[in-house]
Amino acid sequence: MKVSKLISTLSALLTGVMGVAASGSAHAIAWYFQTPASKMAAEIDWLHQVVMWIILVIFVGVFGFMFYACYAHRRSIGHKAEQFHENTTVEILWTVIPALILIVIAWPVTKTVIAQKDTTAPDLTIKVTGYQWKWGYDYLKGEGEGIHFVSTLSTPREQIEGTAPKGENYLLEVDNEVVVPVGKKVRIITTAADVIHSWWIPALGAKQDAIPGFLRDIWFRAEETGTFRGQCTELCGKEHAFMPIVVRVVSNDDYSKWVGEQKKALAAAADDPNKAWDLKELAARGEKVYAANCVACHQAQGQGTPAMKAPALAGNKLVVGPEAPPIDTVLNGRPNTAMQAFKQQLSDTEIAAVITYARNSWGNKASDVQPAEVKARRK
Amino acid sequence: MSAVVHDHGHAHDDHHHGPYGGIMRWVTTTNHKDIGTMYLWFSFAMFSIGGLMAVGIRLELFTPGLQFVDPDFFNQLTTMHGLIMVFGAIMPVFVGFANWQIPMMIGAPDMAFARLNNWSFWLLPFAATLLVLSFFMPGGAPGVGWTMYAPLTVQMGIGMDLTIFAVHLLGMSSILGSINIITTILNMRAPGMTLMRMPLFVWTWLITAYLLVAAMPVLAGAVTMTLTDRHFGTTFFNAAGGGDPVLYQHIFWFFGHPEVYIIALPGFGVISQVIPAFSRKPLFGYASMVYATSAIAIISFIVWAHHMYTVGMPVTGQLFFMYATMIIAVPTGVKVFNWVATMWKGSITFETPMLFALGFLFMFTLGGFTGLVLSVVPIDIQMHDTYYVVAHFHYVMVAGALFAAFAGVYFWLPKWTGNMYNETLGKWHFWLTLIFFNMIFFVQHFLGLAGMPRRIPDYPLMFETWNKISSIGAFGMGLAQLLFLYIVIQTIRGGVKAPQKPWEGADSLEWTHLPTPAPYHTFEVQPVIK
Repeated sequence: MKVSKLISTLSALLTGVMGVAASGSAHAIAWYFQTPASKMAAEIDWLHQVVMWIILVIFVGVFGFMFYACYAHRRSIGHKAEQFHENTTVEILWTVIPALILIVIAWPVTKTVIAQKDTTAPDLTIKVTGYQWKWGYDYLKGEGEGIHFVSTLSTPREQIEGTAPKGENYLLEVDNEVVVPVGKKVRIITTAADVIHSWWIPALGAKQDAIPGFLRDIWFRAEETGTFRGQCTELCGKEHAFMPIVVRVVSNDDYSKWVGEQKKALAAAADDPNKAWDLKELAARGEKVYAANCVACHQAQGQGTPAMKAPALAGNKLVVGPEAPPIDTVLNGRPNTAMQAFKQQLSDTEIAAVITYARNSWGNKASDVQPAEVKARRK
Repeated sequence: MSAVVHDHGHAHDDHHHGPYGGIMRWVTTTNHKDIGTMYLWFSFAMFSIGGLMAVGIRLELFTPGLQFVDPDFFNQLTTMHGLIMVFGAIMPVFVGFANWQIPMMIGAPDMAFARLNNWSFWLLPFAATLLVLSFFMPGGAPGVGWTMYAPLTVQMGIGMDLTIFAVHLLGMSSILGSINIITTILNMRAPGMTLMRMPLFVWTWLITAYLLVAAMPVLAGAVTMTLTDRHFGTTFFNAAGGGDPVLYQHIFWFFGHPEVYIIALPGFGVISQVIPAFSRKPLFGYASMVYATSAIAIISFIVWAHHMYTVGMPVTGQLFFMYATMIIAVPTGVKVFNWVATMWKGSITFETPMLFALGFLFMFTLGGFTGLVLSVVPIDIQMHDTYYVVAHFHYVMVAGALFAAFAGVYFWLPKWTGNMYNETLGKWHFWLTLIFFNMIFFVQHFLGLAGMPRRIPDYPLMFETWNKISSIGAFGMGLAQLLFLYIVIQTIRGGVKAPQKPWEGADSLEWTHLPTPAPYHTFEVQPVIK
């Protein structure tokens, strides 16, 4: 690609002139689409280049005329103004020709739009749920059915706040990556639990808004193995910038292996909801749950974020009071706030743990909450 | 009006001629020129506030990581920057032009409803106060983006309600102003000033005013539904109660897309006055300009869902909105071709208004082209909610509308103040604005292509270089506007006296029939246009 080389040279030159390249990182300067990893992404790339070339030709043509007029028809070289102000032939031509060009563009595009919308006959169906501010994944159909996990940003807070050097995949790394097999048609069904989010993997050419209360779908078929990264692209509140999406495409064998491991891990991780825990054990488990789910709003010291209508948990009467109200709040959420219903996302043990943790941290002192109590209040 | 009507024609005491002096002159004025002046200064004040917010945004984005503002306040900044710039700066600036120019250009003594005109303006400071006050409410200003998508709006604090009421007031102001403009243009033209002889600026405003009357109530409906969803238990946008969050987007963009042309069309009008004046040649294709503008206005009502390709529309919906959007390129292209043809074989000079008009023409067209790129559904799905879109609409709104507004200010400032502005400084203002503007926004195309989402306070490392360039450009562009303020104040306070018609090629009534500066009352006896 000569053009891309030219443009990257130009852009490198530009940054050199600006003198800011030195202060930046060693990262390559991204200026164009990520390398396509699916036929759809490649097709979008191709369409974009076609449209850009057409535009470039028109642009040069129109502004060639404009700059020529600026040069040759200026008063300072004594050009006298003619007084014509109409020409029907020309006016019809420059109405009809652009219309024809548009038809030329619209034809191949229409075929792509129809292909993009065809979510039938998938090999694997995954439901994606947007939460403030993480993604939930449920493998609904196909190999791996039943696997489910929540995927959260794994970039440490210190990197964001600048007290630690930023890693290579800063803001583009998660604890649990979505794993899919190469060459298989994957259908993504999106929805959301609170507000609208948008699920996007640029290299796969797949973006779909996740709308609370509704199901929408898209599909992709990755042509090569590798790790592909994207971000939430619909403003969803405070931590919108911090809920990336990572898809790892693996070979079919590796995928089967991964499914096996996940199934085993799921079975092992399933807590017995009837087990009785002691307070210390529960609070320690709860601290982890809190860090993954609550800390963005309620803060590390439980002081809350008034701007988010997230109350302080430290010294909070509801938190340290009878056990039922805090359990209900965590299970069902609070309508019209960012406090969502956690009953689908967290197990009885996790909910019991996090409530126990909140009841016994930051100066709070109260009884523990056992998983069985949470189970009893699930309706 | 009646208090001053028998005291006309004295050019020497023009400026002390209303019923009140001092501040009460401005509070009670019904004079279209006073009201126009207030609109323009209000707009500049809002432009400064919105600009400061933009500088705050760019400051945070200078390097990856969180440095200056927390993410919540960042969202508040982007939201208020958008609302203040769209409703507080760009829309009022063109109403200011309309007030000053329409009566003078059609040979009318004033606007049709003079007291209503006063009220249309005075709603604005209250709306602006509500918007700014929202920052000081518990929870701060809403951090939902200027589009105010449901259901995120339901999570916001009381600042959201203030914003909703501000939008109501702004809408009311726009509707009243538009009714006034339509009535003035249709009823108060001088004898012989037929519709097809009106200056194009008047035409574009007539069409814009109809767009406003049709679109603003839709926005009022959308935000009112948001208000009742927030407080009164309705569920228009909540699936749990039978509503649909996407319904909000349909309603909002049914307003929002005509809004784009509400912002752009008066700018087209200004450019259509400036280019012929400095090319010393009549506007090419006047009739086709009128038809193209009308076509753009009508089509603008059937393209709204191209802002929503990623919500998951049926394939037929996507195709319909894509074709409709592409069609808009045809009349828009006609306008651009006409402007270039106007310059062709003219006798062109490059004073500041012409420079801004050329800057407009070049960069607005660039924004139009990226609009064509975005009209293509599969490409848009890649670019939706990325910086490519941010770059695209800033080319249309800043390089389009704002450049047209600057062109208009420099063009008419001599007529308004009686003094010539400083040409050298004006040119500096143009070149600085042009360079810094492109520094901010051209590179954002690359950011969008590479995949940087919009409305994020922190970003992955590969986006750092472009963001740095963009931020430096933003600081420069902000500073360059101080120069503009200086030039305007300098021109008001003195300078070389302007002749009646400082621009050789200008031919509308304010240049041919009125002295400079334009007296407080003009055209009490209607001129006859032959």
